Amino acid sequence: MKDFRIWGLKKSPWVFHVAAASCNNCDIEILAALTPRFDVERFGIVLVGSPRHADALLVTGVINRKTLPRVIQVYQQTPKPCLVIGVGTCSCSKHMFEDSYNVVGPYDKHIPVDVYIPGCPPKPEAIILGVVKALQKL
Amino acid sequence: MSNRRIVPIGPYHPLQEEPEFFKLIVEGEKVIGLEINLGYNHRGHEFIAQKMTYEQIPYLVERICGICSNSHPLAFVLAVEDAAAIEVPERAQYIRTIIHELERIHSHLLWLGLAGHFIGYNTVWMWAWRYRELVLDLFEMITGNRNHYAMNKVGGVRRDILPEQIPLIEKALTEIETKTNMFTKAILDDPVILARLENVGVLTKQAAIDYAVVGPTARASGIAIDVRKDDPHCAYDKIDWNMIYFDEGDVLAKAKVRLLECFESIKIIRQCLKQMPQGPIENRVDEIAPGEGIGRAEAPRGEVFHYVRSDGTNIPIRHKIRAPSFMNIVSNEVAVIGYSIADAALCLAAVDPCYCCTERMAAFEDGKERYTGKQLLELSWEKTNKMFPHLNK
Repeated sequence: MKDFRIWGLKKSPWVFHVAAASCNNCDIEILAALTPRFDVERFGIVLVGSPRHADALLVTGVINRKTLPRVIQVYQQTPKPCLVIGVGTCSCSKHMFEDSYNVVGPYDKHIPVDVYIPGCPPKPEAIILGVVKALQKL
Repeated sequence: MSNRRIVPIGPYHPLQEEPEFFKLIVEGEKVIGLEINLGYNHRGHEFIAQKMTYEQIPYLVERICGICSNSHPLAFVLAVEDAAAIEVPERAQYIRTIIHELERIHSHLLWLGLAGHFIGYNTVWMWAWRYRELVLDLFEMITGNRNHYAMNKVGGVRRDILPEQIPLIEKALTEIETKTNMFTKAILDDPVILARLENVGVLTKQAAIDYAVVGPTARASGIAIDVRKDDPHCAYDKIDWNMIYFDEGDVLAKAKVRLLECFESIKIIRQCLKQMPQGPIENRVDEIAPGEGIGRAEAPRGEVFHYVRSDGTNIPIRHKIRAPSFMNIVSNEVAVIGYSIADAALCLAAVDPCYCCTERMAAFEDGKERYTGKQLLELSWEKTNKMFPHLNK
């Protein structure tokens, strides 16, 4: 039964975008990947409005004290198995917010992350490559 | 009273790129109140800035916001140059102006696309973002990155615009102009878009003054303010351009201001490319003299304000930021009242909110918020009274 679910995950993954204290830049690059120049929608990758519909979470930004419980809640609401793809250096490490009092660490301290896409911001090509690698991992 | 309900928007909502929370108080379909709860995006920039050197901070303030990622470093370096009385070469002023205006085109097209997305008209979204890629290509050519350009430094800019790049920039500008022109006509002639945008989310001139809104939000409500005209930074005083403003105050006026400003920006860049003198692009800065300075720059969303106090070392002892969305978001309190829930999302987005710019403080205790907005206000009054007791009399 588990294999069947992973087979379902591989085809046209629906993604939900979680921004925890990001600078907006990875977020607009994710949207840029959806718009005509890169157009990942032709592969069936669609941005959905609810984590309950999502196969993959695109997480951006560092987590701060206020977003931490919300991010964990969003992760819990996503049907498992799901992919978590960290977009941008902030989501891989703390980037330049290491010294901040309000930042509680990168994503992988709190939720499991499958693929890291470094870059500030990563180009849409890199985001697409990251998603492809995440799908190959299955 | 009995059928009063609350509709939450956020913190994670399909309409929003960033986490923030709006509590819409509705009666039936009609919005009768709005509570704004921010703080989801606070990362403590001002605190980190006081541990970094003047060379490093432009990279930090750039990452306040990915969309106005030239305005913040520009305002910061203007503040430091003001504090330490540093001269900037003329060529650097022109390059700063060019990058600043390219950023405005990209930001306005981005907003238009998102506005189209919010009214459910995804064609507009896809179009606008497609033409925005042309601007991003220019950025990649000039600065080496699509976003986060890292062009500003204290005393000048980091990269020159090479002579062989100028024809390419002009060619791209012509293309952006034709596309934006076509796009403007398509939007302003479309009865569906007019029906959704006209007389929606009206912010009257008086309300705009009361809430001290800035940028295109103010200019759409009939207030002609623009830092580029009022207090010209960079090369804006050497260039001929017009300030766009409308009196209606509705979402359509805000869209018109932004669309027409794209043409003004193209005009400014063309003049800059023509007038740009040869010469160095930066002055060597060996030390920052003690003092305090302010930097104001007109970001795509309004006035960005940075305050820097230096004590002669290479680290500022105070760095204060005020972003334009901080003023603009609060004006939503009046702009959405009386419209339907379907329009509310568009009204909230009409000020081009940028929450990552806005979040300047958060206070927590045991994982819970410690202060309410009112308590913070009282704390602020208390502190002001302590600092300036003579104002109290």
